[in-house]
Amino acid sequence: MTIEGTVWKYGDNVDTDVIIPARYLNVSTPEELARHCMEDIDAEFAGAVQPGDIIVAGENFGCGSSREHAPLAIKGAGVACVVARSFARIFYRNSINVGLPILECPEAVEETEKGDRLTVDLEAGIITNLRTGRIYRTSPFPAFIMEIIQAGGLVPYTRKRLEEQSGYRSAMVRPDE
Amino acid sequence: MGHTLAEKIIAAHVAGGEGDDAEVWPGDLVEVAVDVVLSNDITAPIAIREFEKLGVERVFDPDRVVMVADHFAPNKDIKSAEQCACMRRFARAQGLLHYFDVGRMGIEHVLLPEQGLVVPGDVVVGADSHTCTYGALGAFATGQGSTDIAVAMATGCIWMRVPETIRVVYHGQLQPWVGGKDLILYTIGQIGVSGALYKAIEFAGPVVDGLSMAGRFTMANMAIEAGGKAGLFAVDETTRAYLASLQVASLQVASLQEASLQVASLQVASGQVGRLADLQTRTLADLLPDDDAAYAQVIEIDVGEIEPQVAFPHLPENVRPVSQAGDVRIDQVVIGSCTNGRLEDLRVAAEVLRGRRVHPDVRCIVIPGSQQVYLDALREGLIEAFVEAGAAVSTPTCGPCLGGHMGVLAAGERAVSTTNRNFRGRMGHPESEVYLVGPAVAAASAVAGRIAHPRDL
Ligand code: SF4
Repeated sequence: MTIEGTVWKYGDNVDTDVIIPARYLNVSTPEELARHCMEDIDAEFAGAVQPGDIIVAGENFGCGSSREHAPLAIKGAGVACVVARSFARIFYRNSINVGLPILECPEAVEETEKGDRLTVDLEAGIITNLRTGRIYRTSPFPAFIMEIIQAGGLVPYTRKRLEEQSGYRSAMVRPDE
Repeated sequence: MGHTLAEKIIAAHVAGGEGDDAEVWPGDLVEVAVDVVLSNDITAPIAIREFEKLGVERVFDPDRVVMVADHFAPNKDIKSAEQCACMRRFARAQGLLHYFDVGRMGIEHVLLPEQGLVVPGDVVVGADSHTCTYGALGAFATGQGSTDIAVAMATGCIWMRVPETIRVVYHGQLQPWVGGKDLILYTIGQIGVSGALYKAIEFAGPVVDGLSMAGRFTMANMAIEAGGKAGLFAVDETTRAYLASLQVASLQVASLQEASLQVASLQVASGQVGRLADLQTRTLADLLPDDDAAYAQVIEIDVGEIEPQVAFPHLPENVRPVSQAGDVRIDQVVIGSCTNGRLEDLRVAAEVLRGRRVHPDVRCIVIPGSQQVYLDALREGLIEAFVEAGAAVSTPTCGPCLGGHMGVLAAGERAVSTTNRNFRGRMGHPESEVYLVGPAVAAASAVAGRIAHPRDL
C-alpha cells in the first residue's frame, strides 16, 4: 500500500480539541466531522485538503481526550497518512482502530515542508520526499496492523477475520491453556 | 539483555506466538490474549454497540468479561438508568459470570482485585483509564477505547505496542502520615503529567517493598496521571499474602498459603477453580523484572523528606507539601474512589476523625470502595466513627469523583479529595476547585475547615 500526497505541516502537541473541536462532537460521521477538521489552527485546511494528502507534525500529535472522533475527522477529510515525531498513546490506538495509517519518523518531519510531495510505502516503512529526494526508513507495520488499516479499521477487520476463519478465536491460544 | 516486567507479561501472552520462546521488545506491535476485559456503565453501552457490529453471537469467555455498574449507579437519572439497563441486558443475555449491580458492586478497580478476578501475570484491558490499578498485583493492565474493548470481548485478543519502562526506585524512611498517595503525587510532581507518556512505570525499592497492597493499588492507579500506559509492581510476599487473604468463596486460596515464594513458584494445587488456576503455569521468575532489564529511565527518590502532598488545581502535577499549602478554606471533603476507597484508607481517615467533629462549614462525604470494604468498615466501627464525627457515608459509587452525583460542586466551591484527577470542572462547576490528597490530610482538612496536616489538629 503506497501513498502519494501533498504535505500539511504542523508543530508539536496538536491536541484532539484542535483536530476536532468539542463543539462539533454532536455529529459522528467522518464526512461531517471532516468539515471542521483542524479549523482552529488552520482555517484553510478543511476546504483545501485533497484525498491522499499527508499531515506531517511534531511531537505528541493527538494529545488530550480519548475521543475517537479525532482520527475519524482526519480520515474523513481524505488524509491518507499522518507522519509525526511522536503520537499520544490513545490517539495512536484509535487511529489504527479506525483505519488511519500513522508513522513516527522524526527525521522526515525535520526535513519536510508544507507543500512537499511525499510517498509512503506502509508495508516497507519507507518515506520518500519527492522534492528533496531524501529517503527515510521507519519500522514498518506488522502484517496484522497493515490488515487492520486495509480493512478500514478494527471492527471490519475483526468481522472479516471471524467470518473467514471460524477457528480464529480458538487459534488465539491463551498461554495458560 | 533482560526484560522489564511489562515486557515479560506481554511476551507470555503473544497470541499464537512461539510459546516459551516468544520475546518482545519496546516498540514491537503484537497481538496478545487477554485474561480479563472490563467495562462500566459509561463505557459498556458504546462497546456493546461496536460488539454488535462484529457479527459475533457470544463473548469469547463469559468468565473473563467483567461489567460493573459503578459510575452513575445507583442510577442518578433516567439517562444513567438507561445505560445501566443496556449493560444489564447484555450481561444477562451473554450469561456473564461477573456482572456487578447495586448491592453487590463496588468501584471497579477496588472490586476486581478483591473478588480475585485479577491475578499476577494477567493481561487486563478495560474501557476505563484507571484499569492500570491492577499493576499493583503484578498484572499488565491498561485502559483502552471502546472499539478495542468490543473486539476484546469478541475475540479475547487485542493488539498493542510494547511500551518502554521507567523504573522509579524509592529509598529512605517514610515520615508519619505519608502513604502511597503522597508517594505517587510527589512522583507525578517530579516527572509531570506526560512524564511517562506511552511508557510503563515499574515501582521499586525498599520503600515499596514495605508498602501494603492498598498503598500499591493507589500508586498503580495514578500511573495514568503521569501519562503512563501501566504501572507495575513485582510480585512478592505482600502480593502472595493478599491473594491468600481474599474472602472469595469460589477461590480455594488455602493451598496457596503453602506455596512458597522461596521456591520461586506461585504454583497452586491442581483442581483450583477461578482465576487462581491461571497462576498454575506462572512462576515467580515470570513476575519479576530481570536484573539486566533495559529501562528508558531510572528515577531514584529519597522519601525521607517527603511530607504529605497536595495537588493543587487543575493538574495532578501541581504538587506542594502540605506545609506549603497556605490557608486554603474548603467546602467539601471526599474520602473514597478507586484511588483511596479501601479499608486501610478508611482506617487512616477514622483514626483522624475519631473523637473529633467535621468543621461546621464542611460537608465530609465518605464512600467505601466496595460492599466488602463497607462491611469491614462497619464491623470495625469505622462507619460509626464517621457518622459520629458528622460525615455522610454513601453506598459504593464513583459519584463525586467525576462530578456525577453524591457531592457535585457549585461555582467557587473547593473540595479536598482523595480521588485522582483535579482537572477543571472534574467534580462539578468549571469554576470549582479540587485539591488531591491522601486520606490523612483529607480527614484532617475536614476537621480544620482548610487544608491541614493531621499533626497540626
Ligand atoms: S472512582 Fe473516579 S477515577 Fe475511579 S473509576 Fe470511578 S470515576 Fe474513574
